[in-house]
Amino acid sequence: MPASPETIDLDVLRYRPEQDEGPVWQRFAVPYASDMSVLQALQHIKDEQDGSLTFRWSCRMAICGSCGMMVNGRPALACQTFLRDMLPGPVRVEPLAHFPIERDLVVNADDFIRKLESIKPYLIPKSPRSLADGEYLQTPQQLAQFEQYSSCINCMLCYSACPQYGLDDAFTGPGVLALLHRYNADSRDGGRAARMEILNAEEGVWSCTAVGYCSEVCPKHVDPANAVNQNKLNSAMDYFLRFVSPRGASR
Amino acid sequence: MNGKSTVRRPYVRPMGGWWRRDPFFMRYMIREATALAVLAYAVVLTLGVVRLAQDEAAWNGWLDALRSPASLLLHAVLLVAMFVHAKSWFEIMPKTMPMLFVGGRRVAASTITRIGWAATVLASVVLIALAWGWRT
Repeated sequence: MPASPETIDLDVLRYRPEQDEGPVWQRFAVPYASDMSVLQALQHIKDEQDGSLTFRWSCRMAICGSCGMMVNGRPALACQTFLRDMLPGPVRVEPLAHFPIERDLVVNADDFIRKLESIKPYLIPKSPRSLADGEYLQTPQQLAQFEQYSSCINCMLCYSACPQYGLDDAFTGPGVLALLHRYNADSRDGGRAARMEILNAEEGVWSCTAVGYCSEVCPKHVDPANAVNQNKLNSAMDYFLRFVSPRGASR
Repeated sequence: MNGKSTVRRPYVRPMGGWWRRDPFFMRYMIREATALAVLAYAVVLTLGVVRLAQDEAAWNGWLDALRSPASLLLHAVLLVAMFVHAKSWFEIMPKTMPMLFVGGRRVAASTITRIGWAATVLASVVLIALAWGWRT
């Protein structure tokens, strides 16, 4: 095994709207340690070299979903990506692709948040229930129908992996559609009819061309490509069943 | 608020040449391009049906054209493209399906892909056997 380097270079894409016309690369050399994450390297830069470097982070353990960025061209959580896997460097760090850059590594997530709110991401009971009715019961198979999709941490890596979203941000996108499916697939939920409108739209599942990279980069194994593409069948059924069912398929 | 106007100026990055940015996107574009091979072969077969409907000379002309070196080369290229097409679509097929459960356990994605290949091999063998039997 080659000896560990003393330092490793990070090429960071910087954008300071008050002084930069567009994004510019800046190289920083940081002390190398084999257990150091990209996030720790950025924190070292901010603490010791340039306090103006701006990036989002919080939990340092891949659960808050704040530190998503492009590392060597691939969407990744900076806290979960280690310098030792990118030797000898330099490590290229860019803000999440397909989102407008606000400053340095911080992107504007307004579009994602707006879409997230639009899908009613909560259980809508089929009929009013009182506490006296007790808890809902589900079989393991009913749980399996939505459990993996409920692991989403809203890190938006899948949006940066989706060229269709990059080409046209009208697309509802992988993460939000996976979360929509998480509620539609839940046996306790009765809100399917209200969500099908978003799913059926051209900007819904039909803007997906099954690239599949969203599922590759997902740090929580949500498999959004599966959620989106199995709903193409549901959407088609919803469309055709209206001709045989007077109340439509989704009701 | 300090009354100053905002310095916000969100920067939108261009998407030109996006499919060259990642090998994953390159494989995706190759998969999509192989649909053209499927179209090309459909055109070849449709021409055969059209020639068959005309007369015997036309049909034999089409058969001769199929035996030409250019046609053999085209078919070799189309065969490779069809293989890539099948491989890449069988890989993504599990993503397009609802969860399958057999005996209470979820069917693995790799199993679904293998079933796709098994169906292809079976269909190809049956087709080749039929064609061979019909010739002799």
